[in-house]
Amino acid sequence: MIKAILIFNNHGKPRLSKFYEHYTEDTEQQIIRETFHLVSKRDENVCNFLEGGMLIGGSDYKLIYRHYATLYFVFCVDSSESELGILDLIQVFVETLDKCFENVCELDLIFHVDKVHNILAEMVMGGMVLETNMNEIITQVDAQNKMEKSEVTSVLA
Amino acid sequence: MALKIVKGSIDRMFDKNLQDLVRGIRNHKEDEAKYISTCIDEIKQELKQDNIAVKANAVCKLTYLQMLGYDVSWAAFNIVEVMSSSKFTYKRIGYLAASQCFHESTDVIMLTTNQIRKDLSSPNQYDTGVALTGLSCFVTPDLARDLANDIMTLVSHGDCVKRKRCSVLIMYKVFLKYPESLRPAFPRLKEKLEDPDPGVQSAAVNVICELARRNPKNYLSLAPLFFKLMTSSTNNWVLIKIIKLFGALTPLEPRLGKKLIEPLTNLIHSTSAMSLLYECVNTVIAVLISLSSGMPNHSASIQVMKYLGLLAMSKILKTHPKSVQSHKDLILQCLDDKDESIRLRALDLLYGMVSKKNLMEIVKKLMLHVDKAEGTTYRDELLTKIIDICSQSNYQYITNFEWSVSQPVTPHPPGISVSWWTIRVFAVAQMATLLDNAHLLTGSMQRNGICEVLYAAAWICGEFSEHLENPLQTLEAMLRPKVATLPGHIQAVYVQNAAKLFATVLKSQEGNTDSTTAQETSQLMIDRLPLFVQSANLEVQERASCILQLVKYIQKLQQKDVEVAEEVIALFAGELNPVAPKAQKKVPVPEGLDLDAWINEPPSESESEDEQPKAIFAKEEPKHSRPRHTEVDEKELARRREARKQEQANNPFYIKASPSSQKVYQDAPGVEHIPVVQIDLSVPLKVPGLPMSDQYVKLEEERRQKERAEKKKKEKKKRKEKRSGRGKKHDSGPESEEDITPAHMVDIVTEEMPENALPSDDDDKDPNDPHKALDIDLDKPLADSEKLPVRSHRAAEAPKSPAEDGDAESAATQEPKKKSGKEKREKKKDKDRDRKVSLKCSVSLQIQFSTSRIFNELSPSSFWVFNEKKSSKHKKKKQKKEKEEKEKKKKKKKHHHHHHHSDGGGEESVQNGTVEEEEPLPVSVYDIQGNLQDGSQVVVSVIFENKCDSFLKSMEFNVLDSLNSKLQRPEGSGPHDGLTVPFQLPPGVSNEARFVFTVQSIVMPQKLKGTLTFIVKDSSTHEKLDFKLHFTCTSYLITTPCYSDAFAKLLESGDLKGSSVRLEGVNMPFHHLLARICFHHHFSVVERIDSCASMYSRSIQGHHVCLLVKTSGQTVSIDAKCDEPTLLGNVLDEIKQTFSQC
Repeated sequence: MIKAILIFNNHGKPRLSKFYEHYTEDTEQQIIRETFHLVSKRDENVCNFLEGGMLIGGSDYKLIYRHYATLYFVFCVDSSESELGILDLIQVFVETLDKCFENVCELDLIFHVDKVHNILAEMVMGGMVLETNMNEIITQVDAQNKMEKSEVTSVLA
Repeated sequence: MALKIVKGSIDRMFDKNLQDLVRGIRNHKEDEAKYISTCIDEIKQELKQDNIAVKANAVCKLTYLQMLGYDVSWAAFNIVEVMSSSKFTYKRIGYLAASQCFHESTDVIMLTTNQIRKDLSSPNQYDTGVALTGLSCFVTPDLARDLANDIMTLVSHGDCVKRKRCSVLIMYKVFLKYPESLRPAFPRLKEKLEDPDPGVQSAAVNVICELARRNPKNYLSLAPLFFKLMTSSTNNWVLIKIIKLFGALTPLEPRLGKKLIEPLTNLIHSTSAMSLLYECVNTVIAVLISLSSGMPNHSASIQVMKYLGLLAMSKILKTHPKSVQSHKDLILQCLDDKDESIRLRALDLLYGMVSKKNLMEIVKKLMLHVDKAEGTTYRDELLTKIIDICSQSNYQYITNFEWSVSQPVTPHPPGISVSWWTIRVFAVAQMATLLDNAHLLTGSMQRNGICEVLYAAAWICGEFSEHLENPLQTLEAMLRPKVATLPGHIQAVYVQNAAKLFATVLKSQEGNTDSTTAQETSQLMIDRLPLFVQSANLEVQERASCILQLVKYIQKLQQKDVEVAEEVIALFAGELNPVAPKAQKKVPVPEGLDLDAWINEPPSESESEDEQPKAIFAKEEPKHSRPRHTEVDEKELARRREARKQEQANNPFYIKASPSSQKVYQDAPGVEHIPVVQIDLSVPLKVPGLPMSDQYVKLEEERRQKERAEKKKKEKKKRKEKRSGRGKKHDSGPESEEDITPAHMVDIVTEEMPENALPSDDDDKDPNDPHKALDIDLDKPLADSEKLPVRSHRAAEAPKSPAEDGDAESAATQEPKKKSGKEKREKKKDKDRDRKVSLKCSVSLQIQFSTSRIFNELSPSSFWVFNEKKSSKHKKKKQKKEKEEKEKKKKKKKHHHHHHHSDGGGEESVQNGTVEEEEPLPVSVYDIQGNLQDGSQVVVSVIFENKCDSFLKSMEFNVLDSLNSKLQRPEGSGPHDGLTVPFQLPPGVSNEARFVFTVQSIVMPQKLKGTLTFIVKDSSTHEKLDFKLHFTCTSYLITTPCYSDAFAKLLESGDLKGSSVRLEGVNMPFHHLLARICFHHHFSVVERIDSCASMYSRSIQGHHVCLLVKTSGQTVSIDAKCDEPTLLGNVLDEIKQTFSQC
């Protein structure tokens, strides 16, 4: 199970937070802060895994993260997930974002966090991985966007 | 209208959208909070508008603010509004917001049930998609229960792949929240493993892997299926999941391992995905096979592999510790790694690989690291690990306890020395030296944790003082003025143990003719103790003054040359045994002992006031009358007793109580419990006079070598004698674990457990683990009761606890009740015998009341439908007014009679309904029974009796559901499908079928229309019979006995609302009247005084109904109270009707 997916930038500003278990807003912010604190002080050339400890759920949970330019993508997962599998999943996620936003950069995530959520929803549902094939994800996202567009134009017409 | 829409869209253009909000926040970096609060105000305005587009936009912005940490739960209702929009765009926004901020205690969540249900069955697959995605985040037990059936329908009938896979995935969440659904749903889930679509397949694999991870043994039967999948699937993600699952399954089924080798090896060779490769290797390890060759080389980050390698190694370690131990040096090197994750992994690994042989070396290395370690968490972790390592498995690896005890960092000497009496002597000597040198530790080290060692040392010296070489010297050391600077709790131990030492000294001096030493000791005590008497610490003060008096008294006796040593030593007699940490928990509670109950009634305030003057005026005689303790022995005994009590209270008798017990670390995740964490590392951990641990390592080495040499000699001799051919093997090989003999033969005292404590280890499990509930045997066939609840409205917060109370209560009273019921019924039987129609009804054990029995007559003569409970024990005849039916018997017009049946002379309710039919008409009789387990379920048993001459088959029973009451249909069938009656009826035969109805509210009576369709074999035509089911309010009442005091309390409580009714013209004896109410309406008489009686009953949902019935002449007045006025009103109406008909 994936317990949480966080994206934040090099300064710890949250760009997306998705918790698959309920926390209060304050706890969520604290988790984001602490995760950032843990992740940001690590060198570029150390491993991508981190034991979250008490942060989320205790010893069974791991933070698996990747750092792309200005953004950290952090997945908090339990031991039923494959560490390397999740690393691959993060890669798929980022590549999908890249396709959907055409050369994704932090600004895209800042202004279109809802779209990022929609893309993520096609990949992970309730903490479980739904789809790992990038083309399949993009097809689904496009189809829904098309629907949305047709609805919007019908309202304006 | 059009204008309004246009206006709405224009408004919208001026609204801020999400992008504007983000931009605004970025532009207001200095006063972000202020800006956002104005934005929230704007959003609140937007939410008030009717335009759904504006609302959706507002909700979208709220979702963003929620991410920034703002609480948006106040908008929950608006989110639900947006969710229920028909437009996909808005719906998606709504569900996203809901998934981000809804949780179990969000109250509006119950409003979403129907919306979600609608979306699940929406023709637009994306509607279903967003609904499922949202639901997966905020599903609650209620939602899970209500929607389980809809989700199952999607799983099995879903036409679209996307819907199917989403619904399969969400099943896991449903299971978590509503474990009862697992068994009924599991067969479907299993089917999906073989679904042609890989997406659905992968979803099913995902769900089952999650389930199996927690309770693998229940899923062993699926192994062949997974095996097939593993060889056929090409989806890496699915493969990883399956391989991980096999990793969990193989320990339970060793034969799996062999089978797995081949496919795993194939995968390892063929795959290019590193993740899959790693998982394969990982599982191979779990499968206990070491595949060392043929691993393709992959270039990857060394650090990543290092971490995973260590992780893998820790798994190998569990089964093949020896193969890992050879890499000890490598792992120790990893401790130097700059990456903390790797260091922690290495530590874990070290913990597991400690053995008798390498313990000292590893701990020595670790101690070095403690010195170097930067960052407190890591250092704490290190120290915890060191202690864990030492104490693991009851100290089994510690061969040289001298070494262990001499480690100043080891905080468990009390534990050790209690457990192993053999080393006590040594420990005591060590500790005495330690105490002697305490001045070194104190002073500069005062503030740090090392002085905790003194606490233990003092206790050991006191408790085992008989082993001290020079107790007097130690005593002197313990009473030094410097001690007063130590923390209070240590001082207390010092004082107490000084007394113990004192006793020992006295004992040793007893034989001596020269009593000066003893007297000097007493003097020493008397001189030094006043220092402690002045202590600010209450405990120290109390103990010191107590002991001081004792010593003074002893001194007096000494001067008279009385021998006191025996008695003094008796103060501290008694052997200490180690007590298991769980012992306390395991002491069985004696039967009949209720620790929560008051032993005496707690005195009320007024009482105590009354008593006070009494106490003042009461003569003080009792105190004086007590025999004065003139005898020396008695007085001393009393004092001893007290001293003993105190000592017991403060002794670290329970290992658990000592702050250093190993279990404490294992149980407590936090590091703050570790007493050694504050060691100031700038201070050398050396105490002069104590041999250094290094020395011990050396000594140990020497000792072992000697032993080895001796052994070799012996073996040579043996070999010479035996001359067997295979001798040489042992000669040069490294010494094996078993060869190392411990320095002392230490018998490990088993920890004390209370008698008849169960040897279970269950208490280690976390009872809160949601997965525990999912530990369900899936191979057992499904029972009838295990059906997914059919879609229904939420039952109005069924007050469960009263219902359960009722359960227990009624179970107790069941026996007598049954009997009386039987008697009554038998009487009736006689009465009714002459009637034409006999009706069977019954009282079952589980179901408390059989309610209104209604004759539903469709045809006068030919086909009877009776009701009966399966487990029926009592039969009762019921009257029926056949005549009427006969009169009405006309072809093409059948009358539906409702006999609101009660007792022998039971009245009939109005008939209703006609059937257009030429066939012989059946009469249906049924019985409505509330289900006590579930306040919203009613079981209707119907007996079908074929009274015509033809064979009837393919009967289908169907009821038109109302909003309130619904027939429970099997999962997957639509709301209008009928239920097949599972039998056929030859002429003259009767059979019974049961149908479950879900009733939401029980406060109103209900009539449900239904039809029974069947085929008459001879004519093979479809026939149809209409009928009505009448759910009266009375039928929801359960006869519940009530005691008059409880009844009075209930009336006093003020929770009940009153109502009353007058019955005129009732001319029957009062006791008949009461009997009638009892029988028809399930009341019981609480109390009867002359022409007045109180009665009680309770509904299946726990409403209390109280009646006060009075009669005067022909008028009966009933005053009633109930916590549900509507229910009460209806019950009274029904009572009125009962009497109007007689």
